[in-house]
Amino acid sequence: MTRKIALAAVASLAATWALAAEVAPTEVMFEGGAVAASLTGVPGDPEAGAKVMTTASLGNCVACHLIEAMPAVQFPGTIAPALDGAADRWTEAELRGLLVNAKMTFDATFMPAFYKTEGFIRPGDGYTGKAPESDLPPILSAQQIENIVAYLLTLRD
Amino acid sequence: MRSHIATLAASAALGLALTGAAVADPVEDSLTVITEDGELEIVTRTAAPDHLKDVLPTIYSGWHYREDETRALQRDDFDNPGMVFADRGHDNWNAEIGTGGESCASCHGGPESMKGLRAVTPRVDAKTGKLMIIEDYVNACVTERMGLEAWGVTGDKMKDMLALISLQSRGETVNVAIDGPAAPFWEKGKEMYYTRYGQLEMSCANCHEDNTGQMIRADHLSQGQISGMPVYRLKDAGVVSAQQRFVGCVRDTRAETFKAGSDEFKALELYVASRGNGLSVEGLGVRH
Ligand code: HEC
Ligand code: HEC
Repeated sequence: MTRKIALAAVASLAATWALAAEVAPTEVMFEGGAVAASLTGVPGDPEAGAKVMTTASLGNCVACHLIEAMPAVQFPGTIAPALDGAADRWTEAELRGLLVNAKMTFDATFMPAFYKTEGFIRPGDGYTGKAPESDLPPILSAQQIENIVAYLLTLRD
Repeated sequence: MRSHIATLAASAALGLALTGAAVADPVEDSLTVITEDGELEIVTRTAAPDHLKDVLPTIYSGWHYREDETRALQRDDFDNPGMVFADRGHDNWNAEIGTGGESCASCHGGPESMKGLRAVTPRVDAKTGKLMIIEDYVNACVTERMGLEAWGVTGDKMKDMLALISLQSRGETVNVAIDGPAAPFWEKGKEMYYTRYGQLEMSCANCHEDNTGQMIRADHLSQGQISGMPVYRLKDAGVVSAQQRFVGCVRDTRAETFKAGSDEFKALELYVASRGNGLSVEGLGVRH
């Protein structure tokens, strides 16, 4: 009995450590719309970020945004502002905040919050149409967010 | 580096032009259908009903948002791939499938007895006070009068019958009641229309009102009207009903959907239908 409890304690401690490097979606600290601290502490990889942005099941940013710097993307959406020059308009912290939850910057915006796990009406398990069976993961992982931030920082006019 | 900047500047200018062009308004066009009984004019664009005119002054059928080739398929019944499904529905209409040998025809006569129904449904049934979609009326006959198991709301048999029944009202003006006993259902449907469901936090209005005419990737966002329903959808090579489309659109917001035929989606269908009051029933639209 005691041993079991002790083991459980060790296991949960290990879990905490594993996550310690990463800021959980519910723990992100905003200053206005901006998030100053990296979500992972690991520098972002802009190429990986660009991949996530153009993958429909992941960021799918191009469903709404045009990005002139990505001429290979066919049929970009016309819903949102073009992202070229984003790094001239926004700081790194502001861009991170826009990705975590754009509604902190633009009230009631159409842009989805990519690193948020709570406060939804009838959230589903991805695109299955079913209720999730366990805790809802954010749409993108912490490192995917950092990778996209790194890519956006290359978008200068 | 310099050439890089030059390219960016040039393409930024181009970007503006592109964006301007791609904010594709509904196509200017009008629809006259060649049917077995001659030509029939279909209203695909008209002034919005009073309850909507402050947000959308003009309402358009989804037909205006599709490519030339897709629109053309709806101009002649001979080309409309949906007609095969209505024909199948007609066979089933005449089939003596009831446990007592009943067919739809044995009670109702020809399918033309259903003329007008599509234009006024969903509606509140005077006897039961329930909100009824055509699928409910069909299933009431199938279970209570023919002694059969209910047909699946989005199953092939149901959609074939829906196609046949809708076709009987083709050209009639959509005119669902939103007041009196319908009012509470309509209010509920309206609330749903503006609710931002799912992990993407998107409402019907976000896409089909705020961003109608825009491109969401390769999709041209229509007003999400259901006057063309059921529609033949080229992408699915089959008929899609309003209830089925709602499931798809809510699922696409990363939400837990409501069931086709649920009270929620029936209320939503009433509300969405009312946004098209004034358009013609298309009987069988063609979309891609
Ligand atoms: C469903 C639509 C949609 C998607 C998907 C979307 N956005 Fe946005 N985004 C918007 C809209 C709309 C705005 C404009 C803000 C407003 O007025 O609401 C915006 C604004 C922004 C801005 C600030 C605009 C500027 O000045 O450059 C950035 C940066 C941005 N988005 C990045 C992204 C990235 C990166 C992704 C994908 C990971 C993404 N967006 C996905 C709709 C979207
Ligand atoms: C993320 C965007 C999005 C949301 C949210 C959305 N839809 Fe759609 N809807 C689409 C797209 C894309 C299409 C296909 C192109 C078109 O017809 O607009 C479509 C098509 C439709 C159609 C078919 C129109 C036709 O002429 O065939 C209907 C009806 C419809 N939607 C209703 C709804 C309703 C009701 C809701 C809310 C419960 C909703 N949509 C939410 C994107 C969306």
